Amino acid sequence: MSETYMLPNPPGPNRAVDFDPAICNGCNSCAGICRSDVLMPNPEKGKTPIVLYPDECWYCGTCVLECRRPGAITLVHPLNQSVSVVWKRKATGEYFRLGMKRPPTPNARPPSS
Amino acid sequence: MSTWHEYLQGGKPVPTWPYPIRYGEERELETDVLVFGGGIAGSHAAISARKAGARVLVVEKEATKWSGNGGAGVDHWLSACTNPCSRVSPEEYTQRVLEDCGGYDCGPLRYVVARESWDALLDCEGMGLRIRDEAGEFTGAEFRDEETGLLFAYDYVNRCELRVWGHNMKPVLHAEMRRLGVEVLDRVMITSLLTEGEGESRRVTGATGLGTRTGEFYIIRAKATILATGLPGRMWNFSTEYRSTFRDPNCTGEGVSAAWRAGAEFSRLEESYPDSGTMAYISYAVGNAHNTWHGCPIVDANGKEVPWVDRDGRELGSLEERFTPAEGQRFMLGDGLRVPPSYENQTKKLAPDLPERILSGEFVLPLYADLSRMPERERRAIFGLMVGNEGRTRVPVYETLTKAGFDPDQDMLQVPIMDPSSYGHSNFWSGVGAPQWRMWGGGGVVVDWDLRTNLPGLYAAGGAIFGAGAHSSAAASGRYAGRRAAEGARGVSLPGADRAQTDREKARVYAPLKPEGRPMGWKDFNAGIGRLMQSYCGQYKSAGGLREGLRMLGELRESEAASLSAANPHELMRAVECLGMLDVGEAVMTASLERRASSDYLNFQRIDFPRMDPPEWRNLRPIKLGPSGPESRDLPFDYFLRPPYAPSLKENYAAHSGLERGEVRR
Repeated sequence: MSETYMLPNPPGPNRAVDFDPAICNGCNSCAGICRSDVLMPNPEKGKTPIVLYPDECWYCGTCVLECRRPGAITLVHPLNQSVSVVWKRKATGEYFRLGMKRPPTPNARPPSS
Repeated sequence: MSTWHEYLQGGKPVPTWPYPIRYGEERELETDVLVFGGGIAGSHAAISARKAGARVLVVEKEATKWSGNGGAGVDHWLSACTNPCSRVSPEEYTQRVLEDCGGYDCGPLRYVVARESWDALLDCEGMGLRIRDEAGEFTGAEFRDEETGLLFAYDYVNRCELRVWGHNMKPVLHAEMRRLGVEVLDRVMITSLLTEGEGESRRVTGATGLGTRTGEFYIIRAKATILATGLPGRMWNFSTEYRSTFRDPNCTGEGVSAAWRAGAEFSRLEESYPDSGTMAYISYAVGNAHNTWHGCPIVDANGKEVPWVDRDGRELGSLEERFTPAEGQRFMLGDGLRVPPSYENQTKKLAPDLPERILSGEFVLPLYADLSRMPERERRAIFGLMVGNEGRTRVPVYETLTKAGFDPDQDMLQVPIMDPSSYGHSNFWSGVGAPQWRMWGGGGVVVDWDLRTNLPGLYAAGGAIFGAGAHSSAAASGRYAGRRAAEGARGVSLPGADRAQTDREKARVYAPLKPEGRPMGWKDFNAGIGRLMQSYCGQYKSAGGLREGLRMLGELRESEAASLSAANPHELMRAVECLGMLDVGEAVMTASLERRASSDYLNFQRIDFPRMDPPEWRNLRPIKLGPSGPESRDLPFDYFLRPPYAPSLKENYAAHSGLERGEVRR
């Protein structure tokens, strides 16, 4: 059981981006380019950056574009935004939602680039 | 283990600031051309000034590689009148735009953009940006020119608006700046412009800056300066928590504030628009048929398609007609230009009486955007090309939705269920806010045919200039302003820096490190400014309200502003932004007070002067801060075609564009 600390409430959008510590090598490229300095280098070298100011994120996704290790960073929209992203499969009538527990198979087609 | 809270929950001590603290330490720099803001306009300005032979220094508050309102990508390239497939001349285009803006627009900016938007895109292609369908992904599509591989948008007949692969625009520009030897100073916020002389002879001689990570103080001397800051945000609408703004939240008007304090002349500051702020949805990530999604079929819950109509309200019979002008219509202008739709320029649209038809039960909610009803190449152009390259869509929408399983070939994207009145325009992701929530309009500095302001030594580009907007406008005007500033810097000796000015600025900028009374954080203060703007300068304005608003801003400046506090350089930057926002608010309220008439074009409603655009108020009414307070004057709409200028767009361009001595080095 870990210690219980006295902390301020987590800010509105808790997270903005999420790091996968198994993929991220703590190179801080993302922290280097983040327009709002949402991300700060971790005091421990090689560890994932710290999301210090999630409330200042513009959700532009350039941290993900800058990252050279695919999957290390995932952009996480706040729930008051993602909850409205809903789609319906025409053939089956199924409803899907961004953030749902059992999402459909990912669409692997890359963007035109 | 990503957030600060999670880090501490892991039993780690509160981390110390990761960058060196250097509050008050001075760094002195000098250059020929200083570029204030390294977004799209600033990057093009820097590249062009450097090619013209100047030493160039870009000062950017963010990190130039991906910074600015256009820093997260672009999918439309507008105003490309000189591309080989265009059927609209720059003159015809500019005249249409100026007329449809009611005259309240900047002629030199619009014409420069119409002349050089395509050239700016060719510059980008030369740097490695993809602008043509060389791979033939869209071969055979109506919107593709088979010879050049260019792809067009909105108006497939007249072809002056393009679709481009611009997600990596900023890295491409950034690499070019490095290649050319442009000096780039990231993470420094310019806080003031340095000037010398008074009255008509006052000129801009450089700027002061604040390191946003370290707190260092910069004194920059420059022979010419280009104002290239983005449109101010956070003025009316600021949520202390959930932040979802269409524009870059770091653009808070420090360019306006610095130029205002230096005495630059502004127009259109009184204009503002409804803004849904935190009530907006993720841009382009919910069902809609706007801009990037233009032309997408919208269906109701039962699969019944909402009709598209032309300018006469006639229902269209085919999908192709959504992209061709109406009968008798010369050409259509796409979204994003900040030109109000007119009978002459409007694109095809969803039936505007959709709200009533929803209320009558004809269309059943929820609505859906059904891309699968489009031919494959049109569908791929919208979701694969444009959503894959537009600003804030490649990762936030394309990658996020496809990873979650969305497939445009077989899925319909839902339109949020909103108040029925919200379905009157196909931009369904914008949501609905409160009437007093406003967004910055077309306010910016007044410029001449050199894109120079009233202050010698100060040029401007992009959103810093009054009137026009859009990515391509920023690029083309930056390209032009860079050339003119480099020319203007030639033969000028490097000015000195006035110690009294820099000392005053240092005292102002570092005040939040020693707050008076009860310390106040920047968010609390920002929200207070927002409340004042909403209350006294909201949708409906009056002399009484505006005067009271100005008095209240003055009150804040004397009291709570002195209590603004900062615990680290980041918070200090935010606090200094707030101080600048007081200047911006004062300029906006002053301009609103000066225009004693309402204006449909400017979205400007005076309770005490309700007549819309009366003839005697059809002028630009610029304002500036004089030695004894704000000054305003009348300036005719066509100021740029009157003496000392030539009477035509073409002649002025030929005389001022700087191209008569041969094209600049590529």
